[in-house]
Amino acid sequence: MKYDVVLIGGGLSSLVCGISLQRTGKRCLMVSGGQNALHFSSGAFGLLGFRPDGSAVERPLEELDKLPANHPYRKVGAAKMHEYVNRVKPFFASCGVMLDGDPERNSWRLTPTGTVRPSWLAMSDVTLYEDSVVSIGRKALIANIAGYLDFNTAFLAEGLEKAGVTCRLEAVALPEFERLRTSASEMRSVNIARVMDHDQVWKKFVEQVCVLLRDEDVVVLPEVFGLHDEHILEQIRESIPARVVFVGTMAPSVPGIRCQSALKTAFEQAGGEFLMGDEVISSEMDGERVLSVRTANLGDTVLEADHFVLATGGFFGRGLQATAEAVSEPVFGLDVDAPEERTQWYNPDFFAPQPYTRFGVHTSENLRAMKAGKEMENVYVIGSELGGADALCEGSGAGIAVMTGFKAAEMING
Amino acid sequence: MNDHKFEQCIKCTICTAYCPVVAVNPLYPGPKQAGPDGERFRIKNKFFFDENLKYCMNCKRCEVACPSGVNIADIIHSARMRYGHQKPNLRDMILASTDLMGVMARPVAPVVNAVAGSKAGKWAMDTFLGVDQHRTFPKYQFKGFVGWFKREMEASQASYPRQIAFFHGCSTEFQHPEVGKAFVQVMNALGFGVQLLDEECCGVAMISNAMWKQAKQHARHNISAFEAAVAAGLPVVTTGSTCTFTMRDEYPHILGVDNAKVRSSIVLVEKFIHDLVDQGKVKLVFRKDYKARMAYHIPCHMEKLGWSIFTKNLLQMIPGADLTVLGSGCCGIAGTYGFKKENYAYSQAIGQPVFDEIARVNPDFVVSECDTCKWQIEMSTDYPVRNPIMVLAEALDLEATSAANR
Repeated sequence: MKYDVVLIGGGLSSLVCGISLQRTGKRCLMVSGGQNALHFSSGAFGLLGFRPDGSAVERPLEELDKLPANHPYRKVGAAKMHEYVNRVKPFFASCGVMLDGDPERNSWRLTPTGTVRPSWLAMSDVTLYEDSVVSIGRKALIANIAGYLDFNTAFLAEGLEKAGVTCRLEAVALPEFERLRTSASEMRSVNIARVMDHDQVWKKFVEQVCVLLRDEDVVVLPEVFGLHDEHILEQIRESIPARVVFVGTMAPSVPGIRCQSALKTAFEQAGGEFLMGDEVISSEMDGERVLSVRTANLGDTVLEADHFVLATGGFFGRGLQATAEAVSEPVFGLDVDAPEERTQWYNPDFFAPQPYTRFGVHTSENLRAMKAGKEMENVYVIGSELGGADALCEGSGAGIAVMTGFKAAEMING
Repeated sequence: MNDHKFEQCIKCTICTAYCPVVAVNPLYPGPKQAGPDGERFRIKNKFFFDENLKYCMNCKRCEVACPSGVNIADIIHSARMRYGHQKPNLRDMILASTDLMGVMARPVAPVVNAVAGSKAGKWAMDTFLGVDQHRTFPKYQFKGFVGWFKREMEASQASYPRQIAFFHGCSTEFQHPEVGKAFVQVMNALGFGVQLLDEECCGVAMISNAMWKQAKQHARHNISAFEAAVAAGLPVVTTGSTCTFTMRDEYPHILGVDNAKVRSSIVLVEKFIHDLVDQGKVKLVFRKDYKARMAYHIPCHMEKLGWSIFTKNLLQMIPGADLTVLGSGCCGIAGTYGFKKENYAYSQAIGQPVFDEIARVNPDFVVSECDTCKWQIEMSTDYPVRNPIMVLAEALDLEATSAANR
């Protein structure tokens, strides 16, 4: 089978790149080895939240020239970064995902530990604050669903109390959730969200919260609403006479699943083909060109393409593999930015920045992959498969995915 | 256990998010708990085995979603086999023995159909057997596919330059011989002679109903028949997605029956034809007057095989086809699962979004490779369901196709 572009990986970067390409007339096939890191999303995207010294960034675009030369943003380039950041909200809106926030200036959001963290753009679940010192509120009612353990209200309260917010914890028991509680292990975000999607259930829950509400000016709820329809969030905010703040839960992430599903639908509606639960197992090359790949499921059916995009997601997405001897890239055997000496891969201080988080495929300035020291002609690397960034410490994971996704699509379109 | 990669589980719970059973049935512990989590305990002590694992439909959607490559449903069914005390009752044995029941029912097909379709018959099956009375049984055919093939087609098959072996499966033989007829017509038009195999039921329903010994016997029998065919240069081509998936993956993964010599030769006809067209080895000539609005329902095992791309591409080649690909979802039947009284309500609740979407699309007919999906959708909606090979047989100009492939 012949496509214009085969994208390997089905997460945020691949979907952004694939949708952009498919909408500009390229025939795309996406191969995804199962679901992806959007299922761990907080509902907020980071572009660049912190400097290496740990201080918070206010205007990410003003920090670009201070980043290391091999950072993905340096490869996208300052001019393109300025252009792309303003393209993100309309792009996601065209896929049915509404994002809040100022694309050129960071806001803040409340985390599950009751602290605030810089945040760039966010799905409608997340409340964005203009600065870190702004009070979350005076008094907060933290309302959980009885029996739900993945929303740690005590943690949240402890953090908020430190910031001077008086907290009261309540749990709402509804008969609709007793059924789920039969199997305690399945009292999880997504199962709760499936039940909450019914109008009569979330309305009943909101009624109970209103009954519990005394003089609190803030109500904190877990992100378990609107799995399929984000409009429920707005209706909940309107129904409770206090400021409603949703906070992330343990995975799977409800806003993340909603986002993934909307992007996948947008890709398919544009005519893209998505292979879920499949893996590239071999490839055919001619010099610095990849000619075709084969997958585990399709067997002897060969997938040819003019361009290949590698978006396999670093160690977490199985896009990088480490043995005791070496770090490698399993799909094409590309060059990896990682020291040979194993003791340099990690810092024995668990909470210190870890060198391995910066490992990734070595690329040229143009995001083209390097193999045996030579630039591949038609293989682009995007998202967390790229080296040069510590997305966790920087708060830049989603930003890198989206920016490099746009960039690779533009490179391919020429 | 390393075969099922349970130690690769990172406890992310993504499988649960895509499990159709968890959403409706509180008795089922869910794929993560029933699979890799429970396995750690079971290895320590079989006492931890939970009989509620039987509520798993084996749809494999957990495995398709898993980012870590864990064979979750394989873990669950291997555990049922290893530790379960579930003994199939009379109802389970009747439902699972699709080929035996077919042989017994055929000579008296009109009587069986009338009884199974009557109010009294349904009441009796519900009361005495535990087969839900709301269920519509597929009709047994008086004359099967094999008889027709031997009578009318077999003699001419050797004249075709290329040959394939056809695994027709139980439902083609007993309920839907028209699928097999369409298959032979299309293959002949493409220049392939069809040979039958000494086949037995693939055994999927036996796996679901804990008839492990019988399932293994069937698997060994089929694999040795396939090995003979493949050794003679014949690929084994099929029309049913679940039989195909079972023979390729469940035989080695759950039953421990080695199929390594033939696995890659067991192919669904849509992949077989698609690859030939793709490689320019055959030509399809379609009728100019064919027009149809069709909705493609991707069966769960087609999702697991990852082969819906072939069916989609083939259907899109038909000039007069107005194709809608339905949002992927389980129809709820899962073979014999939905026939059981204790599962009926769950089965219909699982399938409801699929039925609703079909009604919204309002096609002339639904297309699906799976016969139990067909029974479920036909019973639960107003729309007929056709196997894609039947759609191809109708849409192709068979004479012109024959001429183009001579």
